[in-house]
Amino acid sequence: MPLSGPPDCGGSAQSVERVIMTEVEIRRALARIAHEIVERNHGVEDVVLIGLLTRGVPLARRLAEKLEALEQRAVPVGALDITFYRDDLAVRPLQPVVRRTAIPVDVTGRCVILVDDVLYTGRSVRAAMDEVMDYGRPRCIQLAVLVDRGHRELPIRPDYVGKNVPTARSELVAVRLREVDGRDEVAIIREA
Amino acid sequence: MVGRKDVLDLNDFTAAEIEQVLRTADAMREILTRPIKRVPALRGKTVVNLFFEPSTRTRVSFELAAKALSADVVNISASGSSVEKGESLVDTVRTLQALGADVVVMRHSQSGAPYLVAQQVQASVINAGDGWHAHPTQALLDLYTIRDKLGRLEGLRAAIVGDVLHSRVARSLTFGLVKMGAEVTLVGPPTLIPPEAPQWGAQVSYDLDAVLPKLDVCYLLRVQRERQRQRFFPSVREYARRYGLTRERVAALPEGCLIMHPGPMNRGVEIDSDVADLPRSVIEEQVTNGIAVRMALLYLMLGGAGEGGGA
Repeated sequence: MPLSGPPDCGGSAQSVERVIMTEVEIRRALARIAHEIVERNHGVEDVVLIGLLTRGVPLARRLAEKLEALEQRAVPVGALDITFYRDDLAVRPLQPVVRRTAIPVDVTGRCVILVDDVLYTGRSVRAAMDEVMDYGRPRCIQLAVLVDRGHRELPIRPDYVGKNVPTARSELVAVRLREVDGRDEVAIIREA
Repeated sequence: MVGRKDVLDLNDFTAAEIEQVLRTADAMREILTRPIKRVPALRGKTVVNLFFEPSTRTRVSFELAAKALSADVVNISASGSSVEKGESLVDTVRTLQALGADVVVMRHSQSGAPYLVAQQVQASVINAGDGWHAHPTQALLDLYTIRDKLGRLEGLRAAIVGDVLHSRVARSLTFGLVKMGAEVTLVGPPTLIPPEAPQWGAQVSYDLDAVLPKLDVCYLLRVQRERQRQRFFPSVREYARRYGLTRERVAALPEGCLIMHPGPMNRGVEIDSDVADLPRSVIEEQVTNGIAVRMALLYLMLGGAGEGGGA
């Protein structure tokens, strides 16, 4: 997501890139998270996965597939565009494209699991929680992220983490996913 | 579109800017289907509706659009304001700006009035209709409705029928449709087609029946009865017979051709009452989509820091 760094992070000649999660590691992390979700919620009966656009959505879909395989039960997946709920609308350039939020079920009384690629300042998650609350009153909201890179600016903590990665603020974390970027990997990019 | 200070007409919009407004409007329409039809995107911004001419749908539409984005809205009509005490237009808007207006949505009977104001103030100005000149937000909501219903704009054939001469909607919509690659034919009695119409990139016809069979969009303009004193056509009945969209004429339209009208309608004059209520008539959708399109404009004008804001 934008707060973890500019979306186009690769390719620059001066930057140094280090892969911290491979395709296999991403798959194992998601498999573990799926098990943790089932264990923690005693099944997936009232669970809704809501991915934060862009890369939270394919992650949510993959988790839903794994949950379905574990529990033989379909889990609804939604997509959330937090643009209108951001707290930095006035300080950063406008996002050129606003995408449609799509939440397929009434969230009231359900357990909403927000899914994002990178957890950084926590501001995106704050915006996402506010937006979900405007759709209804969930029984609870949980947070699943592929990478937690630290540097929180709000009292927010994830319930499920693929990998904890200590980073410097000057570094960028690039999550690349097959559905969006054509391949699966997570890299740390340091501007030289 | 991002970073644009004013929206005065569509003739200075690029096709890419129009596209951006239409795409943003898609996201806005979803907001209007939520249980809580409000997002905090424009919290702390103030939108002033300054209407010197009567209006229901446009003013209410702008008000609901601004409120759905959590902006504060102030409505001013000319009667009951300091305009009645003789304050000039520019002074009125400067006062509103001093009171904190970020956007002034303005309707005025004088063509060009919003241009004069836009030059003189820092606040953004949106033209909500000026005289016979332009009505860009109506044109954008029409483009949005057509694309939503037919899936595209490029290559479509549209007729705009009626009093083109006095219609700000016809001018702006023609610019918009031509820019997006549609073919436009302006249809009406010769007295009501402006001589410069061919320069807008449109064709002209005086014979509605000849045009009907190949249309994708049949757009009817309101007969402005208040102008009938000037005898642009012999009688309202005569007009209805030659240019009104009747049941028989609808039968000549291809299947799937949209019937549109900017409102307010004169049922039985430019459009028969039962025609207005046909399923292919999208007049009510036009009104509903107007809110989403105006939200998109307000958001794109006010939502970000624009250039120089920095991340």
